[in-house]
Amino acid sequence: MDLGLDEQQELLKNFARDFLEKECPESVVREMEEDEKGYSPDLWRKMAQQGWMGLIIPEEHGGTGMNLCELVVLLEEFGRALVPGPYISTVVLGAVPIMEAGNDEQKKQLLPKIAAGETIMTMALTEPSAKWDADGVELEAKKQGNDYVLNGVKLFVPDAHVSDQMVVVARTSKGKTPEDGITVFLVDSKSPGISFELLRTIAADKQCEVAFENVKVPAANVIGEVDKGWPIVEKTKKMATVAACAYLVGLSQMDFDVTLNYAKERVQFGRPIGSFQAIQHKLADVVIDVDGSRFITYKAAWSLQEEEPDADMMISMAKAWTSDASRRVVAHGQQIHGGIGFTKEYKIQLYFRRQKWMELMWGDADYHRELVAQKLEV
Amino acid sequence: MDFRLSPEEEAFRQEVRDWLKENLPKDWSGDRFTRDRDPETWNIYREFAGKLAAKKWVAPAWPVEYGGLGLSVIQQLIFNEEMAYHQAPLGYSIMGVGWAGPTIIVYGTEEQKQKHLGAITNAETMWCQGFSEPNAGSDLASLQTRAVRDGDDYVINGQKIWTSGAHLSDWCILLARTDPEATKHKGISYFLLDMKTPGVTVRPLIDMMDNHAFNEMFFDNVRVPKDCLLGDENRGWYMAATTLDFERSSIGGAVGGRRMVEELVAYARETKRNGKRLSEEVTVRVRLADAALEVEIGRMLSYRVASMQQRGLVPNYESSIAKLFNTDMQFRLAKAGLEIMGLYGQLEPQSKYAPLRGKFERQYLWQTGMIVGGGTPEIQRNIIAMRGLGLPRQ
Repeated sequence: MDLGLDEQQELLKNFARDFLEKECPESVVREMEEDEKGYSPDLWRKMAQQGWMGLIIPEEHGGTGMNLCELVVLLEEFGRALVPGPYISTVVLGAVPIMEAGNDEQKKQLLPKIAAGETIMTMALTEPSAKWDADGVELEAKKQGNDYVLNGVKLFVPDAHVSDQMVVVARTSKGKTPEDGITVFLVDSKSPGISFELLRTIAADKQCEVAFENVKVPAANVIGEVDKGWPIVEKTKKMATVAACAYLVGLSQMDFDVTLNYAKERVQFGRPIGSFQAIQHKLADVVIDVDGSRFITYKAAWSLQEEEPDADMMISMAKAWTSDASRRVVAHGQQIHGGIGFTKEYKIQLYFRRQKWMELMWGDADYHRELVAQKLEV
Repeated sequence: MDFRLSPEEEAFRQEVRDWLKENLPKDWSGDRFTRDRDPETWNIYREFAGKLAAKKWVAPAWPVEYGGLGLSVIQQLIFNEEMAYHQAPLGYSIMGVGWAGPTIIVYGTEEQKQKHLGAITNAETMWCQGFSEPNAGSDLASLQTRAVRDGDDYVINGQKIWTSGAHLSDWCILLARTDPEATKHKGISYFLLDMKTPGVTVRPLIDMMDNHAFNEMFFDNVRVPKDCLLGDENRGWYMAATTLDFERSSIGGAVGGRRMVEELVAYARETKRNGKRLSEEVTVRVRLADAALEVEIGRMLSYRVASMQQRGLVPNYESSIAKLFNTDMQFRLAKAGLEIMGLYGQLEPQSKYAPLRGKFERQYLWQTGMIVGGGTPEIQRNIIAMRGLGLPRQ
């Protein structure tokens, strides 16, 4: 047992931190808030050159064949630097369904392009009902000759407007359970009948409403089996949930680092405010929240990677805890900064706004607490 | 990032489990809190310590030469987990193994080691800790008990308080002031005191659970030979504050919590109120889920400490974090239990209506003591902030 990073992970972390400090400074983060695409093609290319797009893609498909624990190490750094853009969308939401359930043709066609940074992807799962579960999937896909025809609306779809391909979760039949009758499609984002509308969100990240009006998708584009696609979505959701936790861990750590530094430098009443116990005890609580989030996230990632029997429980525990803990962290961060924290100019607000985003993604604390309760067999 | 135990470690865990099945007192429920005032309870502790001694498991992580088995940090962690999960009656050796022994190993003379370490690992001696005083709690370094050198002896006068198990102990680790002129941290010495020495008086201090665990101790011209001094004169504070090498992850709290969650889940599932199982209530589900995940966080924070030690690193504020989180967490867990039980939550173990044998009511009281014992949450936060985060004092 070793809760620390191994040599390879340590190298990845250090390299990523240096790289992102140089290539993704605060100015890029701010610029991308205003940018309609929400990512910098130049930075995207450079990240691809590091092999990051293919981090968890097997070597035979052009990736580096690393594992979820390494992805967590990298995403912690992404959270720290607030890297904008469709990274999780492409690498997790796009690539994982294909790696899990795609046929050889789909794998051969897409995975090398994802790894090379040439294809941007996302998954269209949630709808206006805003549910993460199978009963939220109502978008209809009807067989018509060799095609399926998709009609309906997806909402809160990250980065859809810049995607080349989307993994679309649709209902092909009404089964006995909500999970029955769901099919996963690979859809060209430029297909006729698809329209995107960008949502304005608290984090200025890029989520979309995606409307499907008689969108034709070839039957060959089904990922996995017709009507039996939900397990693919489940697996992807689990990976995405861990990814969100990792991002929150890095975000929380950086918010804390900035705040700690501020508390040591800001002088009031003739002494640094960090010398007051009222501030010290807040910061002590923050460090517990950050550390707790990190290790439960590592445990969740490792359990999923190793297919441990309690993996689902660990993932829900990690997201429930990290969602709440990171909110406490950034709230303390704002408060310790006082008025300056409320200004647009100072960077701590960037963390505060993005925390809420990731807190909500892939199930907030209440959602995952209920899953924990179910898994406790209560 | 590897949470797996090695096959040897798994085998060791099984060995401990099997051993406990054989050797725990008959019908042991682990509800020790109900009976601490009963002298019979302490006999159970003593007897169990004897069984551990036969297995060299009183202090299994100590070096072989001092009566241990030289277990690795992870093995010790496993050992502690199993003992905590089964709520084994470890009261007899806690202070000897956790405090007196390790300090003697580091600072003791050869003679002191010979005299004391074997006796601890053989479960022949019980120790207590004479640190706190009525006016020296969190500010321990302001302690006033005096030890004055007189020829080949020291003469000790003063008072200690909160001394767990003093009424049953054979020996005491005692901090006393030897240089009243020096600044407060620099005039304290560390003594190994035979509790049978004339002039030592122990008076019971009954806690709010109606238990007798604590005591007050009074020293009236207690004369001890100078070889009772541990380490150098006036260096006692620094010896007491040394982080010692043995496992300090507070894993017991996290694992004890896990056991309580399991019991609470079973209770909520089996208990009907107003025609509905408690476990169907949203508020109950939220409390149980929170309890379960907080236990897991506590476990991770404890594992982190052990994992650092295993790597040869010296934990600093990390052990304070584990202690702080795990004691707070256990209190919240007990509180959640009482809230789930509603009116029944207030019942003491003696009542036939008491849910889960009244264990949660006992824990609710007990954990308020555990939160402040061994450094209050405020002191732990000070340590984290100043020692861990480097925040300035002024």
